[in-house]
Amino acid sequence: MRILEGQGVTKYFGGLAAVSNVDFHVDQGEIMGMIGPNGAGKTTLFNLISAALPLSSGEIRFKGQKLNGLKPHQICKKGVSRTFQETKVFANMPVLQNVSVGAFFGTPTRISTADAVREVTQALEFVGLSAMSATPVKDLTLVDQKRVEVARALATKPEVLLLDELMAGLNPAEVSEAMELVTRIRDKGITIFMVEHVMKAIMGICERIMMLHHGEKIAEGTPQEIAANKTVIEIYLGEETHAGS
Amino acid sequence: MDITRFISTHRKLLLVGFLVLILIFITTLPLYARASDVRVLTTILIYVVLAVSWALFSGTTGYMSLAPAAFFGLGIYTMALLQKELPFFLIIPIGGLVSFAFAVLIGLVTLRLRGIYFAIFTFGLVVFMTEIIQFLETRLWHKHGQAIIPIDNETLLYTMLVLVVVTVLATYFIRRSRYGLALLSIGGNEEAAEHMGINTTRTKVLIFAISSMFMGAAGVIAAPSLLYVNATIAFSVFYSFMPIFMAIFGGMGQVYGPVIGAVIFGYLEKTLRAQLYSYFMLGFGIIMVVVILFLPNGIVGLVPMLQSKLGGLMARLRKGEQGEQHANT
Repeated sequence: MRILEGQGVTKYFGGLAAVSNVDFHVDQGEIMGMIGPNGAGKTTLFNLISAALPLSSGEIRFKGQKLNGLKPHQICKKGVSRTFQETKVFANMPVLQNVSVGAFFGTPTRISTADAVREVTQALEFVGLSAMSATPVKDLTLVDQKRVEVARALATKPEVLLLDELMAGLNPAEVSEAMELVTRIRDKGITIFMVEHVMKAIMGICERIMMLHHGEKIAEGTPQEIAANKTVIEIYLGEETHAGS
Repeated sequence: MDITRFISTHRKLLLVGFLVLILIFITTLPLYARASDVRVLTTILIYVVLAVSWALFSGTTGYMSLAPAAFFGLGIYTMALLQKELPFFLIIPIGGLVSFAFAVLIGLVTLRLRGIYFAIFTFGLVVFMTEIIQFLETRLWHKHGQAIIPIDNETLLYTMLVLVVVTVLATYFIRRSRYGLALLSIGGNEEAAEHMGINTTRTKVLIFAISSMFMGAAGVIAAPSLLYVNATIAFSVFYSFMPIFMAIFGGMGQVYGPVIGAVIFGYLEKTLRAQLYSYFMLGFGIIMVVVILFLPNGIVGLVPMLQSKLGGLMARLRKGEQGEQHANT
């Protein structure tokens, strides 16, 4: 079943098409990857899905319902949550409070304090931050801040989770941990749509991958198909493999 | 040792006892104090309402509102215009509601502005209010300013005290509720807050309006002791800056920070200003600089800071004692 899909998704910044007539879909329960060079429009596409930016034209549907015209907080309540490429945490608040925000406000119905606390505890345990729940987030390392974002998004009880470069800036050991985390989230029944530059990660865990270039979708398929695709290799993978990853 | 343990175990009881003492002090003050002291105390209570309600919105969200004077002045003018039509106690909620409604309107238009732009707009609002009232008075009402019928000092003190209690309690419960969490997260990162399911626009407008409501009500109660107001008196920017200074001075992390800031500053302002105006402003400036540089959590932040310093000192002393004992045995 297609849980999230877009048709003719287009976004203009002035005269420039950051995302141009992109069709995509994400099936329920899969891990869908999105790759593309810097400036290809990947984050913009995520911003369009989460309604941080309004669409110029086209349509995005979640479980068959149109998302056009909704506000970000409504999208979150519907069941599409996200993390950010440059972490957007509540720096002065402790880890526990950061995640509480997701639990209290992100669910479609009003949640009792006891339920919220349970939700937060579970989310913290799931990402492995239980021991640091009282630490202000600004004192955490980058990888732990990213974990906070994931826990916060999970606390909103999403059906689809958008991960924007979760692994950027992590060392190889941390990347393996993050890959394992993403797989575990999927195993909980949450569909994942992720933007990633780390090829090892995206090739390792995604079922399908799409590629954007200059705002257009130029390829889509299984990791094997993408790895064999000539245009993809030319534009992107070629440089990456030479770069040693 | 025993004293600190006693304090920590009976903390709530002591706090309630302390608050009751303060209430008794304020309510009995008119019995033995001079009328001028009662007026000073009333003024301090006005500052408490302004500082606490300012910190409720601006202290948590980081939206620097310079508009307290606009809503306070709106309350003063509500009183000036309605004093002959309605009883005093009815005008207080009306003044609050007028400010609330006006703040909703202003909030919907301006809360999309961030940082310095919001601050400048709200400052402009105060100037705009002054101008519009002046225009109305000279062109339409053909009079300059409004005389206000005085009300006795005790009544004003007690009504202001009730407003202080209501404001502080409301602020306390809002900050403890989900709205408090929402406000803090808006202050932390508004985009993330919005994406985590918080209707940021609604939250901001609502809390901005509630905080303005208290300022408006305070304006109504403050009006009678002014005897005469015109646009420049009612909408003086002084009422915008004082609450901000007081809240920053006291510390905005807790509800009682702005209260303490307002009490200290209000007292100094009222007692010293008359005799030593220029020195007061100089001292005021120096204190502000020192607080901002060295006490990021305000004067309230001094307590935990001293506690940890003292605690460290005590621990070292105790260690020293033990060391001596070891040496002796």
